[in-house]
Amino acid sequence: MNDFLLLMKPELVISIIIFLLLFIKIGKGMSNAGMLLLIQVLLLINFGLGFFKMEEGSLFGGLYKTDMLIAYQKNLLNLGVFLISLLFADWFKKSDHLAEFFMLMLSSLLGMFFLISSGNLLMFYLSLELASIPVAAMANFDLHKKIASEAAMKMILSSAFSSGILLFGISLLYGATGTISFDLLPSVVTGSSLQIMAFIFLFAAFAFKLSIVPFHLWTADVYQGAPTATSAFLSVISKGAFAFVFITVLYKIFQPLHTVWFNLIMLLSVVTMLVGNLFALRQQSIKRFLAFSSIAQVGFILVGISSNSSAGTAAVVYFVLIYIFSNLAAFAVAGTIESQTGKESVNDYKGLYQTNPFLCWMMALALFSLAGVPPTAGFFGKLFLITAGAQNANYLFVIVVALNLVISLYYYLRIIRAMFMDKNEQPIQKLMVPASVKLGLIICAGGIVLTGLVSWIYDYIQLLS
Amino acid sequence: MNLLLLLLIPLATAIAVLLIPGKTQVRWTALIGAAAQLVMSLGLLYAFRAARLSGNKAQVLFEQQHKWFPNWNISFHLGVDGISVSMILLTAFVVIAGVLISWNIEKMTKEFYFLLILLSLGAYGFFMSLDLFLLFFFLEVAVIPKYLLIGIWGSGKKEYAANKLALLLMFGSALVLVGMLGTYYGCDVKTFDMVALSNMQIPVDVQKICFPLLFVGFGVFTALFPFHTWVPDGHSSAPTAGSMFLAGISMKLGGYGCLRVAVTLMPEGAREYSNIIIVLSSIAILYGAFATMMQKDFKYINAYSSVSHCGFVLLGIGMLTKVSITGAVMQMVSHGLMTALFFAVIGMIYERTHTREVNDMGGLMKVMPFISTVLFIVGLCSLGLPGLSGFVAEMTIFVGSWENADAFHRIATIIACMSIVVTAVYILRAIGKVAMGPIKVSYAGLTDANWYEKTAAIILIVGILAIGLAPFWLNDLISPGAEIIMHKISPVITGIK
Repeated sequence: MNDFLLLMKPELVISIIIFLLLFIKIGKGMSNAGMLLLIQVLLLINFGLGFFKMEEGSLFGGLYKTDMLIAYQKNLLNLGVFLISLLFADWFKKSDHLAEFFMLMLSSLLGMFFLISSGNLLMFYLSLELASIPVAAMANFDLHKKIASEAAMKMILSSAFSSGILLFGISLLYGATGTISFDLLPSVVTGSSLQIMAFIFLFAAFAFKLSIVPFHLWTADVYQGAPTATSAFLSVISKGAFAFVFITVLYKIFQPLHTVWFNLIMLLSVVTMLVGNLFALRQQSIKRFLAFSSIAQVGFILVGISSNSSAGTAAVVYFVLIYIFSNLAAFAVAGTIESQTGKESVNDYKGLYQTNPFLCWMMALALFSLAGVPPTAGFFGKLFLITAGAQNANYLFVIVVALNLVISLYYYLRIIRAMFMDKNEQPIQKLMVPASVKLGLIICAGGIVLTGLVSWIYDYIQLLS
Repeated sequence: MNLLLLLLIPLATAIAVLLIPGKTQVRWTALIGAAAQLVMSLGLLYAFRAARLSGNKAQVLFEQQHKWFPNWNISFHLGVDGISVSMILLTAFVVIAGVLISWNIEKMTKEFYFLLILLSLGAYGFFMSLDLFLLFFFLEVAVIPKYLLIGIWGSGKKEYAANKLALLLMFGSALVLVGMLGTYYGCDVKTFDMVALSNMQIPVDVQKICFPLLFVGFGVFTALFPFHTWVPDGHSSAPTAGSMFLAGISMKLGGYGCLRVAVTLMPEGAREYSNIIIVLSSIAILYGAFATMMQKDFKYINAYSSVSHCGFVLLGIGMLTKVSITGAVMQMVSHGLMTALFFAVIGMIYERTHTREVNDMGGLMKVMPFISTVLFIVGLCSLGLPGLSGFVAEMTIFVGSWENADAFHRIATIIACMSIVVTAVYILRAIGKVAMGPIKVSYAGLTDANWYEKTAAIILIVGILAIGLAPFWLNDLISPGAEIIMHKISPVITGIK
């Protein structure tokens, strides 16, 4: 019983929050501001608790497993959701269905927690569904917007499709090996053609979730249509969680097939970042732009994954931590501007610096971090991914990856240029940035600066993995 | 002498500039910070010389190493030798002059000075780091401030120039990154530490791949032909202090990187590719000189002549003799001071006449004697008049180059020498047109330099004269460093012969 409470405490706390919200909703109700504060405090408590007694252990006969790295990963995701609750306060407070939104988002988070902890393909599939279905509802939260319904539709169809593929892959794998336990699978995966086929189906499902090219087509439409908070959740928290579990699946279950997936990952990482970068070059909508930039970022995550070593794991976890800070800050600035003015095109950002210097500096910091420019943390994140990836790779691969850094800089600079340099007769007026958004942005900025320069954060992650 | 101070002073200045309200206060804060940098670097020079005179023969002095990402064998490793000290001195001179010359910037003053100081922080860090990763970190720290300086405060087609500069420099650093990783994984002992790397033999096949990557990567920063195209656009669009920093400091990052990283760590690679370097730098020297002849815009004149002058740096490195390498470093220092002063003077003139077209000016000597005198000094320095720093540096390079006895090296040296004639033509023509002749009526009421402009110019002239009149102290500073580099290369070269 003690084990159960201790090992599953992140999941339990999140479940408690969900039920609490449910009771508040069907009971007397609460003001939006009060409820938001309650959620923030509880998430912060969960974040604090997460660092307390991070232990290795398993429950339910191996269905649920956890160790220090997994506990840390859950903490990162929790931190991300906490930041979302701060950063999009502006939009949340105006919403009529705040409780429902958080119930859905936290359910999805709960699903991700179980997903990272799953020790069995069945548990894996169940939690994956729990993690993805609520997001489709979240995508449709701006009920009056047609584009949001379209986004939700695309989201639900593509995730249903990928679930189908995943299930097919799982059944093939079970048929070929006779087991679904993560512990037993590595010893029976031998590389027979049936198993490789099963692997490819599993891989395709992951590719959908991580929006790896050529399974990325839903991404931009969904990000553009969905409320910004949902897009932020999808692009940061969901990507992070799936990247973590992808590593587990590749490094543990399919370790025997290493030679098969190594080349595949290398190829797809290059293609993904190229496509993401090239499409991002010409986007006018800031949310579509961030969508393609996040596709390109996934390409870089794949570079780290390709290293097939604990250094790669550490680099990916570290990068996701940095990515949480940088991408959430970028989405938050875009979201604040959108919720107050309804503008979301790059052209609207022209001359923004004259009226909103704070937002501009935050956006610039976030974009520089995404582009991997020092002294921001993104530089360290990307460099370690590339260093890890270069371990087994050839010069050509490293050169292509490094050149992609240059391409990506170009389009991030486009936004910087619009904000700082371009002249505009009628820039967006001075916006009121709510205190909690300011706080969230400052936390993100602190994270962007310190996560890189303070090396023990990385050392700690490396120690865990 | 704690080298960390040279990083902390700019950092503290940058933070103070951000926090302090009021334009005048910001300016004075930046100036005090820059003056502190100058004092610190002069102190460093003194301490370094004192240590050398007392018989300290260690390769690098004032070394300090702190733990930083130990899992990748990265460390925060700082240390200086004579070459670094001279580059640090150059940086400090240019920074204080740049801060002074931008005294009248009214647009976003705070941000402007913040970026200037950030750029200097990157340069100091770069010149002091003894760890490849740290070096790369500081190299890239210096890129984005340049982009913003040009893009926000620049003139002309500034967005285009800023983009071109940022992308080409990032391209250069991407190549450096690949070369760096290749070196890291190519050696038996995985380390980014440059002292450790230079003490071990990097496998020859690794050198053959990584040397061109590193050399071209750093070369982009120092206008290696054909990657020099960012130089004219970037320099001419940048604000005055931006051009001074670009040409005075930023281009030197590349030269220093070529020497310290590429050549020192990979002597085999250097020997393998030295002929290509010589050909490319000769092209840059000649092409830069002839392209300058065709320019009408004063800033473009100096920008193209920078391509030509930085070609000498690469030529000196490519010649691979002790004297030529010493000359290359001297040329970096000399050109840094000279070109910064040149851009400062052009900025001063532009402030008053509001044109940079050489043909539209004339007779400025009559209304602004101080500025015109400085223009003459800097012009003569540029064309290599004895007594000024340009002559010392270029002469050293030629003498060093001539030590290579074969026809190829001799021809390259002769070609490079000939460019001096071209330099004399365009410099004398330009400054003659600007300063001499009848004065235009509209210029009659113009005023001479202000106190801050005078101070900036005098600081830089002191540097130029100190090298030109007493070159031996600089030579003594640099040549032991060059000797250590040559010590690594010589066995390779003699082994071939």
